[in-house]
Amino acid sequence: MQKITREQLLDRAVALLSDGTVNSVLGWQKGEFDYDVTPHIFKSADELKEGFVWNDFCYANFSKYLVLKTDRIEGKLLVFLKPCDTYSFNQLLTEHRFDREKVYAIGVGCEGMVDVNKLKAAVDGISSIEATEEGLKVTTIYDDEPTVVAIENVLLERCVNCKSKKHVAYDELMGEEGEIIDSARFDEVAALEAMTADERFAFWQNELSKCIRCNACRDACPACTCENCVFNNPNSGVETKAPVTSFEEQMFHIIRAYHVAGRCTDCGECSRVCPQNIPLHLLNRKFIKDINECYGDYQAGEEVGMRAPLVDYTLEDLEPGEVLNRRGEDA
Amino acid sequence: MQVKEYKPLIVAFCCNWCSYAGADLAGNNRLNYPADVKIIRVPCSCRVNPMFILRAFQRGADGVILCGCHPGDCHYTSGNYYTRRRMAMLFSMLDYLGIERERTRVEWVSAAEGAKFAATMNEFVEAVSALGENKRLEDLRCKR
Ligand code: SF4
Ligand code: SF4
Ligand code: FES
Repeated sequence: MQKITREQLLDRAVALLSDGTVNSVLGWQKGEFDYDVTPHIFKSADELKEGFVWNDFCYANFSKYLVLKTDRIEGKLLVFLKPCDTYSFNQLLTEHRFDREKVYAIGVGCEGMVDVNKLKAAVDGISSIEATEEGLKVTTIYDDEPTVVAIENVLLERCVNCKSKKHVAYDELMGEEGEIIDSARFDEVAALEAMTADERFAFWQNELSKCIRCNACRDACPACTCENCVFNNPNSGVETKAPVTSFEEQMFHIIRAYHVAGRCTDCGECSRVCPQNIPLHLLNRKFIKDINECYGDYQAGEEVGMRAPLVDYTLEDLEPGEVLNRRGEDA
Repeated sequence: MQVKEYKPLIVAFCCNWCSYAGADLAGNNRLNYPADVKIIRVPCSCRVNPMFILRAFQRGADGVILCGCHPGDCHYTSGNYYTRRRMAMLFSMLDYLGIERERTRVEWVSAAEGAKFAATMNEFVEAVSALGENKRLEDLRCKR
């Protein structure tokens, strides 16, 4: 259950709308079901009161929406940002992708968001969900007796391995100032690195062959904001899924992760939106881990104006061969 | 059935100012290196983007080597410093996906190092030959 309540956020949004500080509000709205909360631009207090929600399903990272929206709107836009979202916010500012003047950002404390897939696996036939102190009270279409699911058991991967509860950007903060967390987010990468090349190859063939090339991972990513993506080029060979060969899957995934290397804030949106549950974070985190180990610790989006490691260098950088063999010849 | 002798196909990206001239020098000095090495001349090592490397593998390369001026000697001042980071990260990712790490290499070869060029190529071809055909990053449609 979130510590901040919907009413607190709603009151603040309504106040800012009525005193003219902002013209519209980018917030979360209930979807068809309780668990598919979707982003929405609210234009009036009435609309907010009716549709605005804040609960354990507000997983969407709004930073990317600012790229297009701030160009199109009149006046200021109020946006709610969870701690992880603020890193993307800073990274986009660093890359001059939206106009800071047009945004009023409220940082919202976060207790972790729910992975809908995990919840659906735990409870079949969800009809409604209510957040309580004990956990999520889930009512199903089969049974009147609600099931209580502890939120720790159904958190998104990125929340289990949350890297920071600290907001790195905001105009106003609701809730307490959090801290950067020493998370175990690189453990899985390290486990893969410890395998043999054959095992890794088998692991990735298995994962990547599930990809249906829907491009959701790219579209949701706040680091992927090019207007003309390489993958939209028919000559790229991966414009649509080619069933003939695994090469295209490998190429798509290597290049997607490579294009955000050093700029990926590890916000976790790509893995969340993938309909095939491909662990894309394991690709992104490999780059982050390598960068940390070879060029010094770097967290994209920590501050505005940082220089991304792949557009930088030092005279003493390791040679590619040294990077490859830094843990010994085979490992 | 006739069994074709396996010969690896090697793509070598060489920067115009140092390594390509180094290859030239190797030729002028009549040094031997296998004809399986196909050189692609690029203006600077940093012209090579990760897609070039993947494409080379897709189109049938068994190994890809990138040669440029020694660090500090790049004719565009800093191109090879960027190359060094980019390729380190890319090759590490390929390794992570289970592609044999001996198939990729970066080597700095100056215009005066004809002998180093030939030696590097001989050694690289040998390493790739030992691995055999590239099966993990191949595109079946591009097979000859
Ligand atoms: S979201 Fe998943 S299935 Fe869709 S393109 Fe990305 S990895 Fe493939
Ligand atoms: S690659 Fe994934 S984790 Fe990284 S910024 Fe993009 S959506 Fe977030
Ligand atoms: S010109 Fe040779 S590496 Fe840049």
